[in-house]
Amino acid sequence: MLGRDASEEAVAEYNRANGTDRPAVVQYLDWLGSAVQGDLGVSLATGIPVWDVVGPALGNSLKLALFAFLVFVPLGILGGILAGLRVGGPTDKGITVIGLSLAVIPEIVTGLVLILVFSIWLGWLPVTAQWEPGAGALTQIRHLALPALALVIVLFGYIARITRAGVVEALDADYTRTAFLKGLPRNTVIRKHVLRNALMPTIAVVATQTGYLVGGLVAIEFLFNYQGIGLMTLTAAEQKDFTLLTAGVVIVGLGFLVVTLIADILFAMINPRIRYGTAE
Amino acid sequence: MTDLAVPAPAPAPGSEARAARKERLALLLRSPSFILGSIVILFWVACAILGGRVTPYDPLFDQTPDLGVPPSSEYWFGTDRLGRDVFSRVIAGSRDILLVAPLATLLATVFGTALGLTTGYFRGIADDTVSRVIDAVLAIPLIVLAVTVVSALGNRSVWSVTIVIAAVFSPIIARTVRASVLGEAQLDYVEAARLRGERSPYVMFVEVLPNVMPPILVEATVRLGYAIFAVATLTFIGFGLQPPSADWAVQIADNYPFLSDQWWTVLFPAIAISSLVVAVNLVSDAIQQVLER
Repeated sequence: MLGRDASEEAVAEYNRANGTDRPAVVQYLDWLGSAVQGDLGVSLATGIPVWDVVGPALGNSLKLALFAFLVFVPLGILGGILAGLRVGGPTDKGITVIGLSLAVIPEIVTGLVLILVFSIWLGWLPVTAQWEPGAGALTQIRHLALPALALVIVLFGYIARITRAGVVEALDADYTRTAFLKGLPRNTVIRKHVLRNALMPTIAVVATQTGYLVGGLVAIEFLFNYQGIGLMTLTAAEQKDFTLLTAGVVIVGLGFLVVTLIADILFAMINPRIRYGTAE
Repeated sequence: MTDLAVPAPAPAPGSEARAARKERLALLLRSPSFILGSIVILFWVACAILGGRVTPYDPLFDQTPDLGVPPSSEYWFGTDRLGRDVFSRVIAGSRDILLVAPLATLLATVFGTALGLTTGYFRGIADDTVSRVIDAVLAIPLIVLAVTVVSALGNRSVWSVTIVIAAVFSPIIARTVRASVLGEAQLDYVEAARLRGERSPYVMFVEVLPNVMPPILVEATVRLGYAIFAVATLTFIGFGLQPPSADWAVQIADNYPFLSDQWWTVLFPAIAISSLVVAVNLVSDAIQQVLER
């Protein structure tokens, strides 16, 4: 802040002016009071109001996370359904083994391999996630493809595994047998009876794993040099920019809570049993 | 009814428990994923112990005049831009992560088990308070939390990484243990021990703990996989192990900017991390299947 060689008087003066000579509890209460009113202070490193830094970063992260979610979560579900409908077959085994391995390898490693293969060896996609200002939607998607893939590849196996278990269980259930015995065509049974029930646990898992996704953002944004909330928090921690760091952590935590809440509500909307249960 | 005159028998008498353990071990040894995972883990443990003594070149210091040459018969995995042999570094690079991740897991298991046992056994206001704090901690993603703690601690030694990971994992393990203890504490043998006049610590650690060991063991092996994952990620973003360690993630972070010219300096350590993580998970899956049969 003042440099390595700052005199003791200058440090004391700085502490007085910024209130950092007060007890930690008082400082915390002061911060809490401002924060609930939406005032997160200014960045210690740059003097820019925290909101002006956090806002765009949050926007970028949301863009990446949404893109990843919308494109790749359905792929995971599809994989799980395919595996579940062909239990024990080569499709099932292949999807299960690949999914399991991908689920446990750190996303930085999968991300690096993706960069190596698709950007450097094949030259199909750009190495960094950051596009030129004013780039069109197609360019942005090209830049987002690899980080999004690296971000959710960890979830792919998990989602596929849960969906597969749900499909297997629903195929085995009495109501499915009844539906088949009624003479309904196989596709109708699968669409209306099997999938509706099989997707319940999947949605619950997707909901609880979103927090994980937020954590993965830090590593992925760093790897792809993408100006999101994760990279911002990391840079703030590196520079000991505590106002910015606190804001990043609080917002990431809040984001996690909001996403979990939305998932819970969605879950209740799809599953009538939960809705009826609370209404009675 | 429990006869108070006779000390309540342990939930599983010795010989029976030993037979069950033997059967489980036999099942484990028949599981291909357990065997494969164990072989890979033992290989890396051997590398960690032998380290620089068996590698063709010195893993830490510049030894060869060849800077950044691709894999060849002389340098199996090529050399990095400082002329260090990548193969030697990959072999030696298993040491630090195999020190930090198991140690962190062990600390977290011990502390989390104590916490989970206490809160699950006593319930009440202490349980409520601790559970809410745990919820709050778990609302922040692991990496973000770890970065915050490391930057607040201000030093980035092997120890601070170990302690941070242990601290973040403890509440997760505590939650699992607490759930098992809640079910266990309802059972008659616990009540019997209490009526016998045993003190709470005795009931918790001597009566309840042995019966919740299987879920704790499973949780610990699962956490070990995540600990390797977390240490590697933290190291890569600069908040974990630091050079001059030859750790795999240190190598990746170090050579990542030169990926397009010297892919071998990044790809081989990356494969090494992946093999270790997958192996740990294979073993933990096998143990889980055997214990939860």
